[in-house]
Amino acid sequence: MRPDIDAKLLFDTAREGRVAPLLEEVRGDPSALGRVFARAARVVGRGVGPGGGRVEDVARVRLLVAACETVGPDAAAGVVAGQYARGDADERRAVLLALADLDGLGVGDAAVPVILDALRTNDTRLVAAAMGPYAAAHLPADAWRHGVLKCLFTGVPLTAVADLDARRDAELDRMVRAFADERRAAGRDVPEDAVRLLATIR
Amino acid sequence: MRIFDPHIHMTSRTTDDYEAMYDAGVRAVVEPAFWLGQPRTSVGSFVDYFDALLGWERFRAAQFGITHHATIALNPKEANDPRCLGVLDLLPRYLEKDGVVAVGEVGFDSMTDAEETVMVRQLELAGEHDLPVMVHTPHRDKVAGTRRTLEIVGQVGLPPERVLVDHLNENTIDLVDDAGCWAGFSVYPDTKMDERRMVAILDRRGLDRVLVNSAADWGRSDPLKTWRTGRTMLAGGYTDDDVDRVLWRNPVAFYGQSGRLLLDDVATAGDYEGNTLQRGEPVTAAATAGEEG
Ligand SMILES: [Zn+2]
Repeated sequence: MRPDIDAKLLFDTAREGRVAPLLEEVRGDPSALGRVFARAARVVGRGVGPGGGRVEDVARVRLLVAACETVGPDAAAGVVAGQYARGDADERRAVLLALADLDGLGVGDAAVPVILDALRTNDTRLVAAAMGPYAAAHLPADAWRHGVLKCLFTGVPLTAVADLDARRDAELDRMVRAFADERRAAGRDVPEDAVRLLATIR
Repeated sequence: MRIFDPHIHMTSRTTDDYEAMYDAGVRAVVEPAFWLGQPRTSVGSFVDYFDALLGWERFRAAQFGITHHATIALNPKEANDPRCLGVLDLLPRYLEKDGVVAVGEVGFDSMTDAEETVMVRQLELAGEHDLPVMVHTPHRDKVAGTRRTLEIVGQVGLPPERVLVDHLNENTIDLVDDAGCWAGFSVYPDTKMDERRMVAILDRRGLDRVLVNSAADWGRSDPLKTWRTGRTMLAGGYTDDDVDRVLWRNPVAFYGQSGRLLLDDVATAGDYEGNTLQRGEPVTAAATAGEEG
């Protein structure tokens, strides 16, 4: 097992054996990332893994990190944007999940457009993945608040929103209250997550 | 009844259709990339269409308990527009994606030279990406088009069991059976092919290498034609197992040759060919060894 990898990204021996040649291929030629990313699930596996994350997501996160490390800080943001643009929905989810691990590799604010793109979709897998630690650290306040609201609208549990307590503010509380009022006026249930959030207004 | 519709254009259908299909037993579909009714004028328009097939439509289907796969290609009609030929350069990227289970729909529309050139290139791409092919046969001059299609498949050298020739009828089925390819039938509400004629064809040539689809799209069509054909088979004396073979096991066997069917989340009780599915873990070293290119 590699000590330099975050424990949540480690596989069992069999999967490590299958992901290793893919990582080597990407480190040898970062332009191979697109092809390798697409077939990663077929090679490494898919479904819930030992660490709780999905195997295919973890494999792709590690591939993207490897590519960004190889190209260096000046080119990393371009690799991220390109891989998101060329990916299918599963690949895009993995790019979004990887952003937290790419923060130290020169991506900076440059991946904000990728987050905004994901938040424009109605695909809950993308919306949930978009609201992780990278969004909490880099998204402007208005976009971040609308991201939280989008989660409530589309049924994404607020556990997907990183640093919710730290970043929430009076404006978000107002928006959530208005959302709840609108639901009640329409005779519809208010999502549990919204009720819980409103119950803790300071 | 457990149904896999091997050819249906769900981007053109409503959520009511998804609900009715689920109620009828449809649990899996393949959506071939095709013409949208309105000709496209740029490659970018195809990028968004292909992305929608692999993104939003797969997500939408999953909301209704249906597993969605796609086939990707430049369709024969738009193969005639030079503005669209750049799509051929995009295909290698899409043909590597999960859930892309064939190259298609390729084939002839008006049997032009441009259509033939594009078809040959895409048959080659199927070989390069280790995918089966789904071939559309023309609505006009169908017998000549089918014959020419089969000649080209033979010249390119694809194994016939990896080729599905679709939209067949009484006049073209023997050509396809003689070639050893899979035979596809699109059952429509009007004249092209109906349930009774479909069952008569099954009576005559048996249940091997045959797929039945609704080909439902934005035209007059019925996404429950697979189910209606199953009912007509049962009324004609076929068993539940016969119906399951035609409406489930046959499409799984054909598209399973891609190694990219994603049926994990579907109730798949029964004797489908488990080794053809892309399950949680890669099946064998051999199954992944061919994916280097
Ligand atoms: Zn079609």
